[in-house]
Amino acid sequence: MEFLRPVSLGEALEMKAARPEAVPIAGGTDVMVELNFDHRRPAALLDLTRVAELAEWSRDDSVVTFGAALPYTRLINELGTDLPGLAIASRTVGSPQIRNRGTVGGNLGAASPAGDTHPVLLASDAVVEVASARGTRSIPASEFYLGVKRNALEPDELITSIRLPKATGPQQFAKVGTRNAMVIAVCSFAISLHPNESRAGAAIGSAAPTPRRVRQAEDFLTEVLDWESPQALPDSAKRRFGELVASAAEPIDDVRGSAAYRKHALAVLARRALGWAWDAYREGERSCA
Amino acid sequence: MTPQRSAYTRRTVLKSTAAATAVTHLTSAPAIADDGGTSEITLSVNGQRHRVAVEPRVTLLDALRERLGLTGTKKGCDRGECGACTVLVDGERIKSCLTLAVMRQGAEITTVEGLARGEELHPVQEAFIRRDAFQCGACTPGQIMSAVACINEGHTGSEAEIREWMSGNLCRCAAYQNIVAAVADAAKETPR
Ligand SMILES: Cc1cc2nc3c(=O)[nH]c(=O)nc-3n(C[C@H](O)[C@H](O)[C@H](O)COP(=O)(O)OP(=O)(O)OC[C@H]3O[C@@H](n4cnc5c(N)ncnc54)[C@H](O)[C@@H]3O)c2cc1C
Ligand code: FES
Ligand code: FES
Repeated sequence: MEFLRPVSLGEALEMKAARPEAVPIAGGTDVMVELNFDHRRPAALLDLTRVAELAEWSRDDSVVTFGAALPYTRLINELGTDLPGLAIASRTVGSPQIRNRGTVGGNLGAASPAGDTHPVLLASDAVVEVASARGTRSIPASEFYLGVKRNALEPDELITSIRLPKATGPQQFAKVGTRNAMVIAVCSFAISLHPNESRAGAAIGSAAPTPRRVRQAEDFLTEVLDWESPQALPDSAKRRFGELVASAAEPIDDVRGSAAYRKHALAVLARRALGWAWDAYREGERSCA
Repeated sequence: MTPQRSAYTRRTVLKSTAAATAVTHLTSAPAIADDGGTSEITLSVNGQRHRVAVEPRVTLLDALRERLGLTGTKKGCDRGECGACTVLVDGERIKSCLTLAVMRQGAEITTVEGLARGEELHPVQEAFIRRDAFQCGACTPGQIMSAVACINEGHTGSEAEIREWMSGNLCRCAAYQNIVAAVADAAKETPR
């Protein structure tokens, strides 16, 4: 196995172009498990941890862009206020030690249907910036996940950064697992309210071959939510929302849970998360008024 | 920066030459290659610099235990789940089974062997003994390293907070109650 150690993004892209089979390693929290257990024997590893550009971030009035190799701990501490949904999801990843190393770029690279950041990226209209020696592309999160552990990257491409709007309203993320820490989601749900556009984004994880947006449920919210003079949501509306979310799922039975349980749990998560987010929005509106 | 070529086999040299040709216009040739071959790297552990010969696929955990003889750091699962292998890298806690030794050159690594000052134990070590925070002891070095970081991070405000922020360290003997008490004790004594 060859170990490639680029110190700049340009160099990393040249190396990836020359060795498309080289496996990028950022936090290593997915790659190392595969190496240690011989699930994978790559001919080469491409170490991204020395590429400073990949661990930086920037923001303007409306948009935050952060490097693919920014560890979760820094994302939470430095960008948590602008990206509350992503921060909530990031806080549930693994353990403090995992979060000190693991990255959103790695979550996207692995593209596990259970990855915790995916539903938030979908609900928040994130764009995945990728690059190769040939040039750059911007891939909306909704077009990034192609199948179980498959994403839209070409062999010579690297994820460089993730770009998403600063939150303009409350965001929530919830996942079901056997305990509060160190669990891969049985199923997960994210919602981001976008009051500036009078709509909400919502997405599910670990409940279909890919993380996915739940468009019907989003449309339902567009119909029922009154952004101008927000009222308490009737239980019937929350329940209906939960049903629509669950109906978008195509879960499987596996060791972590049955398909039926996942659908049931998703409806509950969706109903609750909507309630939390909408109540927070109403609170905010009241205190502004 | 030139790669170390000390232990290259003929095949490796051929392979890495081919790779180097493909990227000749780069300013540096920062590849470390092996095919069972090794590279010499420098690891800075507990304030001491060590030259070690490792293959790229050797984890920091294995390098510490098997190359440097620092067996205080334990291997429980080798997959990031148990926390027995927790060490500090530039002050941050990480799982040493989930990082390659070659990725940690230039970083300052602290293992459980590096905590005591001579005969004087670190306050966290003292607290673990005082509170009887272990039974078999297999998880203890990892718990202690994690606790040192947890205290430095300021995540010791309540028992619940300690439990949450120590959640990356499992204890098969279930000494959790006493571990939490030890961390709380040590947090009180440690000026941040
Ligand atoms: C004990 C444990 C608990 C975990 N718990 C969770 C959890 O609760 N939730 C969760 O979502 N995940 C969890 N994970 C999985 C993992 O931590 C996350 O997926 C993490 O985000 C991976 O990031 P990384 O930087 O460590 O990725 P790496 O292991 O470095 O890389 C992962 C994949 O992405 C590719 N890659 C990395 N960076 C790039 C890039 N810039 N461009 C292109 N490809 C790239 C790699 O080649 C590899 O295929 C857990 C893992 C462990 C070991
Ligand atoms: S040996 Fe590293 S976490 Fe278990
Ligand atoms: S003391 Fe035995 S595993 Fe923790």
